[in-house]
Amino acid sequence: MHLTLRVWRQDGPGAEGRFETYEAAGIHQDMSFLEMLDLINERLVTGGREPIAFDHDCREGICGSCGMMIDGRAHGPQGSTATCQLHMREFSDGDTIVIEPWRATSFPIVRDLVVDRGAFDRIIEAGGYISAPTGSAPEANLTPVPKETADAAMDAAACIGCGACVAACPNGAAQLFTAAKVAHLNLIPQGQPERWMRVERMVETMEEYFGSCTNHGECEPACPKEISVDNIALMNRDYLFSKIRNRKLEGQR
Amino acid sequence: MLDARIPSGAINEHWDNHRTSIDLVSPANKRRFTIIVVGTGLAGASAAATLAELGYRVKAYTFHDSARRAHSIAAQGGINAAKNYPNDGDSIHRLFYDTVKGGDYRSRESNVYRLAQLSVEIIDQCTAQGVPFAREYGGLLANRSFGGAQVSRTFYARGQTGQQLLLGAYQAMMRQVDRGAVELHTQTEMLDVAVKDGRAVGIITRDLVTGEIASHPGHAVLLATGGYSNVFYLSTNAMKSNVTAVWRAHRRGALFANPCYTQIHPTCIPASDEFQSKLTLMSESLRNDGRIWVPVRAGDTRPPDDIGEADRDYYLERRYPAFGNLVPRDVASRAAKVEVDRGKGVGPLANGVYLDFEEALGRLGQATVRERYGNLFDMYHRITGDSPYETPMRIYPAMHYTMGGLWVDYNLMTTIRGLYALGEANFSDHGANRLGASALMQGLADGYFVIPYTLGDYLAPRLGESLVSSNDPAFVETEREVAARTERYLSIRGSRSVDWFHRELGKVLWENCGMERSADGLRRAISDIDSLKEEFDRDLRVLGASSTLNQSLEKAGRVDDFLQLARLMCVDALHREESCGGHFRVEHQTEDGEARRDDANFSYAAAWGWTDGDEPVLHQEPLAFEYVKPTRRSYK
Amino acid sequence: MLNLRRAGPEQARRAPWIVSIYRTDTGKKYAMAITGVLLLLFVLGHMIGNLHVFEGAHGDTFRIDEYGEGLRDLGEPLFPRTLVLWAFLRIPLAIAFVIHIHAAFALTRSNRAARETKYQSPRDYLAAGYASRTMRWSGVIVLLFLAWHLADLTIGVEAVNPEFVRGSVYHNLVSSLSRWPVWILYVAAQLALAFHIWHGAWSLFQSLGVNNPRFNRFRRTFAHAFATVVVAGFLSVPVGVALDIVS
Repeated sequence: MHLTLRVWRQDGPGAEGRFETYEAAGIHQDMSFLEMLDLINERLVTGGREPIAFDHDCREGICGSCGMMIDGRAHGPQGSTATCQLHMREFSDGDTIVIEPWRATSFPIVRDLVVDRGAFDRIIEAGGYISAPTGSAPEANLTPVPKETADAAMDAAACIGCGACVAACPNGAAQLFTAAKVAHLNLIPQGQPERWMRVERMVETMEEYFGSCTNHGECEPACPKEISVDNIALMNRDYLFSKIRNRKLEGQR
Repeated sequence: MLDARIPSGAINEHWDNHRTSIDLVSPANKRRFTIIVVGTGLAGASAAATLAELGYRVKAYTFHDSARRAHSIAAQGGINAAKNYPNDGDSIHRLFYDTVKGGDYRSRESNVYRLAQLSVEIIDQCTAQGVPFAREYGGLLANRSFGGAQVSRTFYARGQTGQQLLLGAYQAMMRQVDRGAVELHTQTEMLDVAVKDGRAVGIITRDLVTGEIASHPGHAVLLATGGYSNVFYLSTNAMKSNVTAVWRAHRRGALFANPCYTQIHPTCIPASDEFQSKLTLMSESLRNDGRIWVPVRAGDTRPPDDIGEADRDYYLERRYPAFGNLVPRDVASRAAKVEVDRGKGVGPLANGVYLDFEEALGRLGQATVRERYGNLFDMYHRITGDSPYETPMRIYPAMHYTMGGLWVDYNLMTTIRGLYALGEANFSDHGANRLGASALMQGLADGYFVIPYTLGDYLAPRLGESLVSSNDPAFVETEREVAARTERYLSIRGSRSVDWFHRELGKVLWENCGMERSADGLRRAISDIDSLKEEFDRDLRVLGASSTLNQSLEKAGRVDDFLQLARLMCVDALHREESCGGHFRVEHQTEDGEARRDDANFSYAAAWGWTDGDEPVLHQEPLAFEYVKPTRRSYK
Repeated sequence: MLNLRRAGPEQARRAPWIVSIYRTDTGKKYAMAITGVLLLLFVLGHMIGNLHVFEGAHGDTFRIDEYGEGLRDLGEPLFPRTLVLWAFLRIPLAIAFVIHIHAAFALTRSNRAARETKYQSPRDYLAAGYASRTMRWSGVIVLLFLAWHLADLTIGVEAVNPEFVRGSVYHNLVSSLSRWPVWILYVAAQLALAFHIWHGAWSLFQSLGVNNPRFNRFRRTFAHAFATVVVAGFLSVPVGVALDIVS
C-alpha cells in the first residue's frame, strides 16, 4: 500500500506545532498501525530526520499508553480497538491519514503525539481506591459478592486509562474514565464504607481538570474497552447522594 | 560460595522463624528512612504502598506517564493460591511441590515454600482492595485449573487478571501519594545505582521529558523493574520493558543469576513481516480444544483446507500420546520449532504451525466454542485478519518470561547491601521454568508481604544514619558517568538505527540461545554479539538532543545493556552443560529428544559477577532439595 | 507533571448544600436537568393549549381566547386574578429559564477551558449527533425566539406586532403568522426547539442518574417522541394558518 500521512509534529510542550506530510510507500496490510509508524520512523532516521514521538508500550491493547486521533477518531476507524491493535488492512491504498495527538488542556502535549495524562492519576489519588492496608484484609470468601455485581464491576474496571474518552469528548470531559472507576469500586461490598467520600472527591477533582458531560455519548464508541455511559449516570446519582450523605456523616462526629 | 541466609528449622517454619528473629524498625522510626522503589508494576507498586502504610518515606519511580502502565498489566490467565476453595486436595505443600517440580528442580526450596504460604494472603488482600475476581453464582470466588497442576487453584478476573491486580496495587499506592507518604516520579528512568562502601545509597535518573539527570539518595533501593525478554527483540513483553536498571546494578556489583533461564510460550501469533515489533500471546487454554498440526510434506504451500487428513501430521498427538496437545510449554514449544526447522512451517513466512478448531467446532458446535474462546478468536481475527472459525489459527512459540535475574538472598537483598530485587527482576522462585499463573503471585508476595518485613533487618542497625548527600562523590561520579553515556550515543553519528541493532541482536539470540542451544551455536553467538556490540559503539545513529523527550536515545541505552546481557546469557547457557526447564542443550537430551538434567554437577544457581571488560566470574549457590526429591519429567 | 494536590474537597467549603452542589459542573448539570424537566412540561402544556386554536369560535369568542382568559383566572376566586399564573407559572418558569441558561453558559465556558487548543483536523463523530453538538445554538435560537414571541403575542409590543389586541389570542396569532417572515421565524424556532428536546429530553436522565437496564433503551425513544409530538403540535398552528384552516 502507498499512503500519505499528515502527522502533527511539535517539538515540546510550549512549542508551536504543525502538520507534516510523509509519503508511506510499501506498507503491508498485516502491519499494525504502530508498526507502520515504526517503519516511517526508521526511514526518517535513515534520512537524517528526527523520528515521530508517540507513546506506546504493551501493543496488545491493555496498558493504555498508545492513543492518537486518526482521521478525526480516537484510536482510529476500528471500534473497540486501541491504536496498537489497529491494523493497516483497515485502510486502502492511496488513503491520506491524518494523525493528531489527544487534545485537552489537562493532557499537555509532551512532544509530537505524546501527551501527559497525569491528571488521571490525580483523580485516582482523590479516591479511586479502597483503603485496605496490607495485612488488614479479612478472609477473601467472608463477603460473598453476587456474580452480577462482580461482573458489572469488572465491566467498569476494564478501563485502561488511555484517555480516548477525553480525546473524543467534544467537551474534553473525563466522565467515562472517572465513572468507570467510581462504578467499579462503588458497586462492590468492599467499596461501601468509602462510597460517598470517594465519589465526591473524585468528581470534584475531575472537574478541576476536565470539562463537563453534556451526554454526547461520544466517549462510549471511542472506548477500546466498550465501557458504557451507564456508569456516568451511576456516578451522577452517587455524587448527588454524596452531597447529602457526607454532610450527614460529618454530623455524626 | 553464596550465602542465601536461609532460616533454620523445618521448611514450614522458616518464614515464621525468620520474621521473629530479624530486626525491626519501630513505628516511630520508620519515617526516618527513605526507601527508593524503582518500577511500579505488581512488585513495585505493592511494595511502595505497603512501605508507605508502615510509615517509611517512599520515593517511587516509573518511566511511564502513569504508574498504572507497567507490563504486569498484560498478564492474562490468573494468579495461583493454595486456598483449596474447590476442596480438591490443594495445600501449601502441594503448591510448593508443583512449583519446585515445574521449575525443574532449579529453584530455592525455602523461597518457594514462603511463596506458597503467602499466596493465601495475597488473595485476601486483593479481594479487600476491590479486585473483581471471577465469582460463582453463590457470590464466592471462582477457580480454574492451569498447566502443571492437578488442582484448580487459579483465581482470575476474566482474561485481565494482571490488569486488575496491578490496578489494585496502583490504587493502594496512589492513596499513599495523596497522603504525601509516597513521592511519585513519573516519566523518570533509573539509569544507575549509586554505591558507596558496598552499599546502595541512591539512584541516578533521567527525566524523560526534560532530559535532566539527577541523583536521588535513599537508605535502601528496591528494584522492581521486571524481566528482560525483550533482549530477543521479538517477545510478548511490552516495548519499553528492559534490563537497564538490573544491568546497571549488576555492573555495580550485584550478581546476576541464571541469565539463560528464559521461558518460551508456545501459543503466540507468529510474526507476519520483518517489521513486526512484538508478538501477541494467545491464552494457553486454546490447546484444550485445538489440534496442532503441520503438513506431512515440507514446503507444502497449499491452503489448509486443501490438505487432506492423510497429508497432516498431528505431531504432538503422535509423539506424546498420553498428553497430546496438552504437553507443558517447553515441550510444545520445542516440538513446534523442530517441525518449522524441517521446512514444514505454515503461513506466508512458513514460520508457524496450525492450531485447528475444526474438530472442536464439529464436536461442540460454534456456540460453545464461541463461549469458551470467543474473545481470543476475535483478538486473533483483529490482528491477522483471519477468522479461526473458518481457517486454522497459526501459532508459534515466543519469548515470554525470564526466570533469571539479580541474585537475592532470602531477604530479597542482592549482593550489594541495601539493594533489593523484587518480582521478575530477581531469580529466586521459579528455577528453570515458571508455571502459569505464578508470576503475579510472586510479584505480589515480594511486594506486599516479604520486603516490608525483611527490609527492617537491614535498616534497623542504621537508625540515625543520614542520607548520603547528592554532592557526595558516590553520586557526583555516577551522575557524570550517566551523562557521559547518554551523550556518547548522540555523538557516535553512525548510520544504523537503534532498532536495527536490536533486531539483529534478537536474531542472533533467538537462533542460538532460544528454544534450543548448542555449544557451537553459543560460541558463535558470543562472537556475533561481540562484533555487533563493537558495531553499535561505532555505527549507531541517534538523532535529536538529550534535553528533550527522545525515544531513540532512551532505547539506545536499553539496547546497549541488552547487548551486554545477551553475551552473559550465552556464557551462562554455554557453561550449563545440561538441559533443564527453559534451557535445552541439544547435547544433553535423551534418545527420544527429551531434556536430560545433570543434578550431580549442576544443581546450583549460577550467579555471575561483572568484571569490567574481562570474562564474567561464576559464583555458585548450591541448591538442596530436602522436601521435593528431583525426578525426571516425562509426558509420553 | 501536574502538581500533586492534597487538600480534600470535603474541607473546602461551607456554603449551603444547594449552593455548594450548584458550584460544581455536575451540580449545574442537575440544575439543567431539573429546570429542563420544568421547561419540557411547560412546552408540552403550551403546545396542548395551542391546539385550542383548531376549535374555532364558541359563539362570538374563540375557544383559545377563553383558554387564555382561563389561565389568568386560575385559582379564582380563592386567589386574586393572575396571582396563580404569576406565582406558579410565569415566575418559576422565568427562574428555571435563567438557571438553565446560566448553567449552560457556565458549562460552555468550562468546556472551552478544558480544550484550549482545538483539534486542527476535522473530527469524525460517531455518537455525538447534530442535535447534541448544537445544543447551545438551538438554545440560543429558542431564547431569541422567546423574546420575540413574548413581545409579539404576550406583551404586544407595537413595533413587533402592530395589530396586537390584548386578550384576542386568535386574532393576534393569525395576524402575526400571516406575515411570511414571522411565519418562517416561527417554524425555524420550532425546529430548533425540536433539536434541543431531541437531545435534552434524553440527556436529563443521564444527568440525574436515572438509568436502569430495564428502561434505558426507552429513554432515547421517549426523548425523540417527546420532541416530535411537541413540535408537531406547535407547528400545526402555522401550518394551519398557511393552509387557511386557521384564519
